[in-house]
Amino acid sequence: MLEILSYTFMQRAFVTGIFVAIACALLGTFLVLRRYALIGDGLAHISFGGVAFGLLVGITPFFGALVFAIFGALGIIKLKEGLTGRGDSAIGIISHASLGLGILIVSAARGFNVEMLSYLFGSILAIKSSEVAISIALAGAVISAIIVFYNDLFHMTFSEESARVSGTDVGKLNSLLMILTAVTVVVSMKVVGLLLASALIILPASSALQFKTSFRKTLLLASAISAGSVIVGLTVAYYYDLAPSGTIVIANALLFTCLLLARRAGILNKG
Amino acid sequence: METALDISDLSVKYGNADALLGINLKIEKGDFVGLVGPNGSGKTTLIKAVLGLLPARQGTIKLFGTDLKDFKDWNEIGYVPQKAANIDPNFPASVEEVVQMGCLSGKKFPKKITEQDKKNVENALKLVRMESLSGKMIGELSGGQQQRVLIAKALVSEPKLLFLDEPTTGIDAKSRKEFYGILETLKKQGITIILVSHDTGRIDKHITKIASLNGRLEFYGTHKEFCSNANKHERAGYDHRLCLHRS
Repeated sequence: MLEILSYTFMQRAFVTGIFVAIACALLGTFLVLRRYALIGDGLAHISFGGVAFGLLVGITPFFGALVFAIFGALGIIKLKEGLTGRGDSAIGIISHASLGLGILIVSAARGFNVEMLSYLFGSILAIKSSEVAISIALAGAVISAIIVFYNDLFHMTFSEESARVSGTDVGKLNSLLMILTAVTVVVSMKVVGLLLASALIILPASSALQFKTSFRKTLLLASAISAGSVIVGLTVAYYYDLAPSGTIVIANALLFTCLLLARRAGILNKG
Repeated sequence: METALDISDLSVKYGNADALLGINLKIEKGDFVGLVGPNGSGKTTLIKAVLGLLPARQGTIKLFGTDLKDFKDWNEIGYVPQKAANIDPNFPASVEEVVQMGCLSGKKFPKKITEQDKKNVENALKLVRMESLSGKMIGELSGGQQQRVLIAKALVSEPKLLFLDEPTTGIDAKSRKEFYGILETLKKQGITIILVSHDTGRIDKHITKIASLNGRLEFYGTHKEFCSNANKHERAGYDHRLCLHRS
């Protein structure tokens, strides 16, 4: 077990993976309860366009994805207003437009297909020290923002109407939530890849919800489950020479299945 | 008497249709107003417009003398929404956590829960006789118990004006009786209460004024005044039971 930690690339993978996993789990709990679980998928599609654009113009694809995801998230909010509240259509329209743009760029540019694959499927074992620093800084910023705005986010998640009546600026808070999600999806890109980024948002939160406990405990459980799945996934990937993105997500999915069955069997404590 | 709510020439559109037209209404502090009217008469729309949840097409709304656009003291307002008991049974929040949300009203950034807030939560739960269930998950409670928790949430910031939108819908007779007992206590404390209800056979025992809506404000006055024209109101579609319970 200690051998795995003797390699620098594995140390980086564990540290980055755990930070990103906690950010995803915290954010995911709010998103799943607000029925926005698939926003992660939409923002991942948008980020694909940003990665392709970055590769085309020669800027770091990570930043291309970040800019596309943040503007895409704000665009979804604006378009949702224009579509009188139909958020799912707004996500679909913007994400597929960006995905289409990405595919056009990739097909026209010809030549960066291999690099593109690392963004689609993740490359946590090949993560550079600068990427570790950026990922940790961004994940840390997301975690800090959630802690600072915890009470407002919790209130808005329970009842948007009630939060408005308490004087909360729900519009601004929604924008903040979307920007945090955009940042989180982009930092997840290196850990599990764009194709599976939303899995880290949806699965740990869904697993924690099986415990039917208080909101604070649910957030802590989601974080622990998410971090644990990264540790298990990376360890299995290392010893069995498998793709870490797949093992991390499968570890999450298996844990969710076990917890769901345990709850249905009445094994999990309530309250 | 001081005015808690002052509405002048208020019109609200819902889609392309006028949901409310030319509403003028002044509610004095300490009044317990029953807001009645047939389905689709604009009762919920009126409350939502007053709370800033729906935009007004024209007119002004003043809460405690301050225009709604400039109103900041949201801790003075309590609100229990329509179908409040339809809470997601899987929502992961304890009774205590739900009531604590009410402490955030009117607070400035960063909104923190203080020790005083925790004491207020305890007191609000005692008032609605739910203190023994503070650790329970909200989704595990009955409809009546959830309703009491939401009333505690609305009361925890010690509001001066309380809006209740059909709060007894879907709850059993015992819970309903307890609920009206709580409202009597609040009335004695001098809290201004605006209660939207179809439970017209029961609210007449508690209210001091009636406001009847049907797109426009058709009547606002005392229960006695309302009943002196009972036939007229009944022809307009109001429940005659509103005038049966007291003379």
